[in-house]
Amino acid sequence: MLGKLTWGAVPFDQPIPLFAGAFVIVVVICVLAFITIKGWVPYLWREWITSVDHKRIGVMYVTLAAVMLLRGFIDAAMMRSQQALAFQSQGYLPPEHYNQIFSAHGTIMIFFVAMPFVIGLMNIVVPLQLGIRDVAFPTLNSISFWLTATGALLVNISLVVGEFSRTGWLPFPPLSELTYSPGVGVDYYLWGVQISGVGTLLTGVNFVTTILKIHAPGMTYMRMPIFTWTALATNLLIVAAFPVLTATLAMLTLDRYLGFHFFTNEAGGNMMMFMNLIWMWGHPEVYILVLPAFGVFSEVVSTFSRKPLFGYRSMVMATMAICVISYTVWLHHFFTMGAGPDVNAVFGVASMIIAVPTGVKIFNWMFTMYGGRVVYPSPMLWSIGFMVTFVIGGLTGVLVAVVPADFMLHNSLFQVAHFHNVIIGGVLFGMFAGYTFWFPKAFGFRLHEGWGKAAFWCWFIGFYLAFMPLYVVGLMGMTRRMQHYDVPEWHPWLLVAGFGAVVVLAGILCQVAQLVVSIRHREELRDLTGDPWMGRSLEWSTSSPPPAFNFAVLPHVEGRDDYWRTARLAERGLGPRVEPTYKAIEMPRNSATGFVCAFFATFGGFGMIWHIWWLVIVALVGAFATFVVFAWRDRTEYEIPAEEVARIDRANRRARGEALATAEALS
Amino acid sequence: MTAFQAGAGYGDDRPEQARGSAAIVLDHTDPASKRIIVGYGFWIFLLSDIIMFSAFFATYAVLSGETAGGPSGKDLFDLHNVAIETACLLLSSFTCGLAAIGARAHNGLMYYGGMAATCVLGLGFLAIEIHEFVGMIDQGAGPTRSAFLSAFFTLVGCHGVHVTLGILWLLTMVAQVFAKGYRADILRRVLCFALFWHTLDIIWVAIFTVVYLLGAGQ
Repeated sequence: MLGKLTWGAVPFDQPIPLFAGAFVIVVVICVLAFITIKGWVPYLWREWITSVDHKRIGVMYVTLAAVMLLRGFIDAAMMRSQQALAFQSQGYLPPEHYNQIFSAHGTIMIFFVAMPFVIGLMNIVVPLQLGIRDVAFPTLNSISFWLTATGALLVNISLVVGEFSRTGWLPFPPLSELTYSPGVGVDYYLWGVQISGVGTLLTGVNFVTTILKIHAPGMTYMRMPIFTWTALATNLLIVAAFPVLTATLAMLTLDRYLGFHFFTNEAGGNMMMFMNLIWMWGHPEVYILVLPAFGVFSEVVSTFSRKPLFGYRSMVMATMAICVISYTVWLHHFFTMGAGPDVNAVFGVASMIIAVPTGVKIFNWMFTMYGGRVVYPSPMLWSIGFMVTFVIGGLTGVLVAVVPADFMLHNSLFQVAHFHNVIIGGVLFGMFAGYTFWFPKAFGFRLHEGWGKAAFWCWFIGFYLAFMPLYVVGLMGMTRRMQHYDVPEWHPWLLVAGFGAVVVLAGILCQVAQLVVSIRHREELRDLTGDPWMGRSLEWSTSSPPPAFNFAVLPHVEGRDDYWRTARLAERGLGPRVEPTYKAIEMPRNSATGFVCAFFATFGGFGMIWHIWWLVIVALVGAFATFVVFAWRDRTEYEIPAEEVARIDRANRRARGEALATAEALS
Repeated sequence: MTAFQAGAGYGDDRPEQARGSAAIVLDHTDPASKRIIVGYGFWIFLLSDIIMFSAFFATYAVLSGETAGGPSGKDLFDLHNVAIETACLLLSSFTCGLAAIGARAHNGLMYYGGMAATCVLGLGFLAIEIHEFVGMIDQGAGPTRSAFLSAFFTLVGCHGVHVTLGILWLLTMVAQVFAKGYRADILRRVLCFALFWHTLDIIWVAIFTVVYLLGAGQ
C-alpha cells in the first residue's frame, strides 16, 4: 500500500536531522495556524495562491528563494564548521550525513535559490519594462511557479522522511545508480529537480514569447532595457538547455527504476555520457543565472550614475554572444575525462573566449560610471562589490580553462572557491541589488538603507574571508567534499573560512533586520512618486506598487530610456500633461490550475520516490482532470471598466504630483 | 473571424492620434494578436521538445553499437512493420491537416471526420509499435538487455508516449468543440494540437532514418 515507505524512513536515531526536521515542522504548523486564526486564508487564496498576476507570482518566487536561501545557508554553515573542526578528528557530522548536506546545499542553492530569485525578478520587472499588462500566458506562469515550489517541497520533505542524495549537487553515475545508492536519496533529487525543471522550462517558453511578441507600441528590440535583453537571453537558454536536463534525468531514472543501462558499468552503459549530457545543460545554466544579474547591474549602474548605459549596442551583442558561446564550453567541467588534447584544447579556448564578452560588459559599466554623477545607495554598493569580486572569479575561471592547470586543480577546493566566487559575487550580489532596487516598485516602500549597507559589508567581507582561504587550500591540494583531514597546513585556513561563514551569517541577519525595520517604518519609506531612484525605464512610470493592469494606457515609446526623457521633460513643465482617454481593460481571471497541478505533482513525485504506484496513477489522472477543467472555462478574462481605470489612475497621478511638489518645495 | 482579429487584451486601447504616429515609426512592434502569440509560444515549446529528443538521439547514436553480446538492430528490426507505421503516421498528418482546415471553416464533417481518421491512424501506429515492443521483450531483447536496447526503447518509446498523449489531447479537443463549438480560444488549441501532431511526424522521420534504416542496414 505504501511502497517502500515505513516508519524506518523517519530518522529517529539521528538527532541532527530529527531536531531540524521537527523544528521546521513546528514552524510551518505555527505559521499555518497563525494565518488560519487571523482569517487570512481566503485573502491568500484569492489574491496570491490563485493569482496569475506576474508581479504577485514574482514576489512569491523571490519569497521562495529567500526561504530556501536560509535552508541552503544552514547547510553551508554546517559544512564550514565541520571542516573547521574535523582536523585529525571526525568532527560532529558522520560521513553519510555530511554527504547529504553538501548535496542538498548545492541542489537547493542552484535550483531553489538562484533560479527562483532570477525568475522572480524577471516576473516582476520584464512586463513593466516592456510596457505591457502581463506575460503571454499568465496561467502557465502560475503553473511554473507552483511546480518550482513542488520541487522545493519534495527536497525538503527528504529532511524528515527518508534521506537526501549523497552524490553531490549533480548525481554522477555510477555512484547515483541503484547499485551504489540503493536508498531514496537520489530519487528525491531526481523527482524534485525534474518537476521544478518542467516549471522552469515553461517559464522559458512564456518569457521568450512575451519578450519577442508583446511590446508596448514603439518598443523595438533596440529600445528594450538591458535587463529585458538579458532576460531574453536567459529564457532562450532555458528553452534550449532544460530539455536536455529533463532527458538526462529521465535516463538516470530509467536506470534506477527499470534496470536500463544508460550509465551503468555493465551491459555497455557509458557513464561519461552522463557527464557530457548533464554539463550540456549545466554550463548554459551558469549563464542562465548570471545574465539577468548582468542585466540588473546595467540598470543599477546607469540609474545611479545618472547617465545612459555606455555601449548599449555592445552590451546587447555581448549578451547574445554569451548566449551562443555558452553552448560550446561544457567539456571544461571534465577535461580529465581523457578526450585527448585536441578536444580539450578546443573547449579550453572556447572557455577563454567566453570571458571576452563578459569583459566588454565590465568595461561598459565602468565607462557608464566615468563622468557620471555617481551616488552610492546599497544597490550601487552591491554592483561595485560585484565588479571587483566577479573579475577575480572570472580570472580564476580563465585560469582553470587552461587544460594543464585544470588537471592540477580539478575537484579541488580551488574549484569550489572559483564557482562560489562567480555565483555569490555575480548572481547573488546581482539578485540582492535587484531586490533592493525593485523592492519599492513591488511593495510601494523602500528598504531601510542603513541595514542594507550593513548587510552589504558583512556579505562582502564574509565572502572574502570564507572563500579566499579555499583558493589557498585548493592550491595546497585539498580536494572538495572532505568530511575530515589530517594535514596541519590546511587547518588555519579552514578556521578562517569558518569565521567567514559567521560574518556572512551577520549579513543575512542584517537583511532580516532590514526587512523587519522597513515594514515597521513603511510610512516613512513610502514611495508615492512611483520613481524612488530617478529611474530610466518604463517600470518607474507607473505607480508603486503598480495597479493590476500595470499601465492605465499603454505607453508610447519613442527612444531608449524613454521614461527618463519624459520624466525630465515633465520636471521642466514640458511634455504631455493632458489626461489620456481611459478605456476598459481586459485582464486574465485568476485560476487555481497552477496550485492544483502542483498539489497532484507533489503527490505524484512522492509516490514515485517511495514506489507508491496507486498514488502516482491518482496524481496523473488528477493532473489531466485539472487541465480539462481549466480548458472548459467559459470566461477567461474579466473587464475593468473605464471609470475604474480612470479612478485608479487619477489617484495615482494626484499622489505623484503632490509628492513631486513636496519634494520641490523642500529643495 | 472577428474574435481572431480582436486579440482581446492587447488590441486597440491606444489613442487615435498615437496610432497614426506609431504606424510611421515601426508598426510591427505593436502587440500581436492572440492567435499569433499562442501559436508562436507553442512553437517555442515544440522546439524545446525537439531538443529533448535530440538528447535521446545523441544517446542512441553513442550507444547503438553497445549490444553487450545481445541482438543488434539488424537482428530485430522488421522494416515491413516500420513502413506501415510510417504510412499510418504520415497519413494521419494529412487527416489532421484536414481537421484543422475544417475547424477554421466551421465544417463539422471535415473536422470530426479528420479528427476521427487521425485518431484511428494514431491508434494503428501505437498498436503496431506495442506489438513490436512486446515481440522484442518476448525474445529476451528488452530494454534491460543492453545499452543499445535501453537507448532504442527510450527514444522510440518517448515518441510513442507523445503519440499517446496526442491522442488523449485529440479526444479532448473533439469533446471541446462538440460541447462548446468553434470558439476562438478552442480554435487556438486546435491549432496547437495540429502543430504538435505534425512535429511528431518530423521526429518520426528522424527515428525512421536514424534508428530503423541505419540499424537494419548495418
